[in-house]
Amino acid sequence: MGEAIVITSGKGGVGKTTTSANVGTALALQGKKVCLVDTDIGLRNLDVVMGLENRIIYDLVDVLEGRCKVHQALVKDKRFEDMLYLLPAAQTSDKTAVTPEQMKELISNLKQDYDYIIIDCPAGIEHGYRNAVAGADRAIVVTTPEVSAVRDADRIIGLLEKEENVESPKLIINRIRNQMMKNGDMLDVDEIATHLSIDLIGIVADDDEVIRASNHGEPIALNPNSKAAIAYRNIARRILGESIPLQPLEDEAPGVFSKLKKFFGVK
Amino acid sequence: MKKTQNVTIKGTKDGLTLHLDDSCSYEELKEEIDHKLSDSARSREDRLLSVHVQVGNRYLTTEQEEEIKELVRQKKNLVVDSISSNVITKEEAEQIKKENEVVPVARIIRSGQVLQVPGDLLLVGDVNPGGTVIAGGNIYIMGVLRGVAHAGFNGDKEAIVTASVMKPSQIRISDCITRAPDHYQDDDKREMECAYINDSDQITVDRLQMLMHLRPNITRLEGGY
Ligand SMILES: Nc1ncnc2c1ncn2[C@@H]1O[C@H](COP(=O)(O)OP(=O)(O)O)[C@@H](O)[C@H]1O
Ligand SMILES: [Mg+2]
Repeated sequence: MGEAIVITSGKGGVGKTTTSANVGTALALQGKKVCLVDTDIGLRNLDVVMGLENRIIYDLVDVLEGRCKVHQALVKDKRFEDMLYLLPAAQTSDKTAVTPEQMKELISNLKQDYDYIIIDCPAGIEHGYRNAVAGADRAIVVTTPEVSAVRDADRIIGLLEKEENVESPKLIINRIRNQMMKNGDMLDVDEIATHLSIDLIGIVADDDEVIRASNHGEPIALNPNSKAAIAYRNIARRILGESIPLQPLEDEAPGVFSKLKKFFGVK
Repeated sequence: MKKTQNVTIKGTKDGLTLHLDDSCSYEELKEEIDHKLSDSARSREDRLLSVHVQVGNRYLTTEQEEEIKELVRQKKNLVVDSISSNVITKEEAEQIKKENEVVPVARIIRSGQVLQVPGDLLLVGDVNPGGTVIAGGNIYIMGVLRGVAHAGFNGDKEAIVTASVMKPSQIRISDCITRAPDHYQDDDKREMECAYINDSDQITVDRLQMLMHLRPNITRLEGGY
């Protein structure tokens, strides 16, 4: 039986969809069978980032309202033999069309057939958030090194800690800019991790390649030469239980990340 | 048969003290108060005389207390200043216990969360920005205070807030409020500090060590060690 991981943040635009696409891709590259579920009803875009928009026939709401079977709505990613699928969000429906109970049942069905279900959560803490979290076993909170994003991450972590079925959440700090951090114009990684006091599972640099790749419908994780790709692949391996210290950014900013090792439990 | 005295009146320099017997019926008491107070002829005085009522081991409900006050007030120049009893209800006792208890909590109070206790709070963990802790009594934080702390919630001006790192966005004690400077300097450690209301009715922050002089009553240990 597989595991469901919700990718959430509170604040919008911090990289939930990008993270979902890339972590899902990286897990598939590790040989895991992955299903991406977009729960951002009305504002779907995981399909676009994955380059799968043109193949959509049915969506999440069609499945929940019985207009089709789950397997009919799943879009297969041709780049991976039979390892990566996407269940797209509905673009037109009202987000109250879905209930947490329905989501729970759907996710638990998907867990029969997949190793990992990656759930892309909408922004906010209302209805959409509750639907996204309903079927999850684990949670990853994404933040950027901005005060407002960290504040919202803190709020979300507080809510996640109340969910009995969800393991204590892990943290990804996205869009790190070394120069700004060094100058003290941005919260540093250490500061954020201490403040939120949950385990850090990865840091991703702010990289134009990420945007370019998303615009081409080719998640950056597929490109082995990019630093961001290595960061996402490392996150996938940490999800699988490997203990990997932070590498990609260390050479660029000696000192800044030295204290970080303790968050990974690495000596 | 000679009736025993259920109500005895004593004059003091502060006024009158009524000692009410606690084994007779409440109705008997009322009658006798009415009777006794009408007897005492002091109608020439126009000074208001305050009355202290001692009810011994009798429990009076709020309505009964009101009744007795009313009864006394009907007599000329008399007004009830206080009613004291040796007994309280279990509920009141539990409330008093709660208000004097230290509640330990090991948790992080995150943005949007509010933790409230009736007595003192011992928080082992941080209060993050946007988080709030409220206590009827003192607040002791073993961690970083970055959010809001409100001590002495019910009006206790003696209440204090302590923190291992004091970087609150706001501190409230009783009805006094103080807000943080707009920016904390990065090198400003703010370690081991306490906040209290000073003599000019304003919240001040000081070293933790000052506490034993400022609020000696915080120590509840009796005897030497
Ligand atoms: N590491 C990164 N470097 C550069 N741009 C990024 C990075 N992560 C996300 N972005 C960009 O930020 C924007 C918002 O990301 P998205 O994943 O859609 O956020 P969310 O799903 O949280 O609203 C997108 O344009 C995306 O390409
Ligand atoms: Mg999104």
